[in-house]
Amino acid sequence: MTVKSIQQSELDICSKQRGLKDGIVASLPIAIGYIPIAITFGVLAQATGLTLFQALSMSLFVFAGASQFVGINLIAMGVPFAEIVVTTFILNFRHFLMSSSLVTKFAPMKNGLLAIVGFGITDETFSLASLQPGQLSGPFLIGLNFTAYAAWVGGTGLGVILAAGMPPVLQSSMGIALYAMFIGLLIPSMKKSIKIASVAIIAGLTNIVLYNYLSVGWSIILATITGAFIGTFFFKGGKK
Amino acid sequence: MEKYFLLIMAMTLVTYLPRVFPLLFLHELKLSPKIQEFLSNIPYAVLGALIVPGVFYSTGNLSYSMVGAATAVLMAYFNLNLLLVVLGSILSIFLFQIWL
Repeated sequence: MTVKSIQQSELDICSKQRGLKDGIVASLPIAIGYIPIAITFGVLAQATGLTLFQALSMSLFVFAGASQFVGINLIAMGVPFAEIVVTTFILNFRHFLMSSSLVTKFAPMKNGLLAIVGFGITDETFSLASLQPGQLSGPFLIGLNFTAYAAWVGGTGLGVILAAGMPPVLQSSMGIALYAMFIGLLIPSMKKSIKIASVAIIAGLTNIVLYNYLSVGWSIILATITGAFIGTFFFKGGKK
Repeated sequence: MEKYFLLIMAMTLVTYLPRVFPLLFLHELKLSPKIQEFLSNIPYAVLGALIVPGVFYSTGNLSYSMVGAATAVLMAYFNLNLLLVVLGSILSIFLFQIWL
């Protein structure tokens, strides 16, 4: 889905809900960003001494980039497993905020479907889904999350099997992919509203400061709350 | 081996629960307008916090990251397709590395 066509369909009052195929297409930028990172994870997991099965099952079940990297890092350092689990929890608690926000955009759906959709919520799928126009249907969300999931699991397997990674020139270039996607999502919204721009900038600046004192997980959580809170209570009117 | 699997299951649990709880309990719940507004601001705040400072370390080299980020900002400013923004940003760093 292009940004241009998103704006057009926002004008389209009776735009019908989008389905599975639209979700898959919308997810392609995430897939492109995930594959190199997942390959890197596979390579590192192999270097840490995890088997193909162990590395794959981490990507299959946990499906959370940051905590998987931190996880294998802690495993390599010989940190007790209980501590690894607590760290994972702190790192991923931000998804609690994201789910709370995203669910306000959901079309009515059954609890079973919600439980499946919930599994696929990551920083990236959340960001992409929240900035879609209109309500989000179950099939659209499944398409979006599953494409990202497939890229993540496939990339992990590829990484363990290759175990050599990509050429360094390509690897360092690809590191920007997900950030480019975040920027691509954020900038057009910032152009539309001073409030949105302020919310994002305040959160970013807060994170730059907190980053030095807190773990990544807490830092992002507190920065997000600060930005969203100031936007809610100190900016009148909302959309320009 | 078995211990690893237990670890992975525990990691799965603490990752999955925060993701799914709000979906099950906030779905179809009427929230006050202020809370709704707060929640609707979260995506933009999350994006801000995800981008900075992470983007600066994304490629392992500050100048590469700046080139990629600047390209992405420029392309996004002109409302280009998201996929193009991602590919253009990767390409800009790729070319920057080759030419220097």
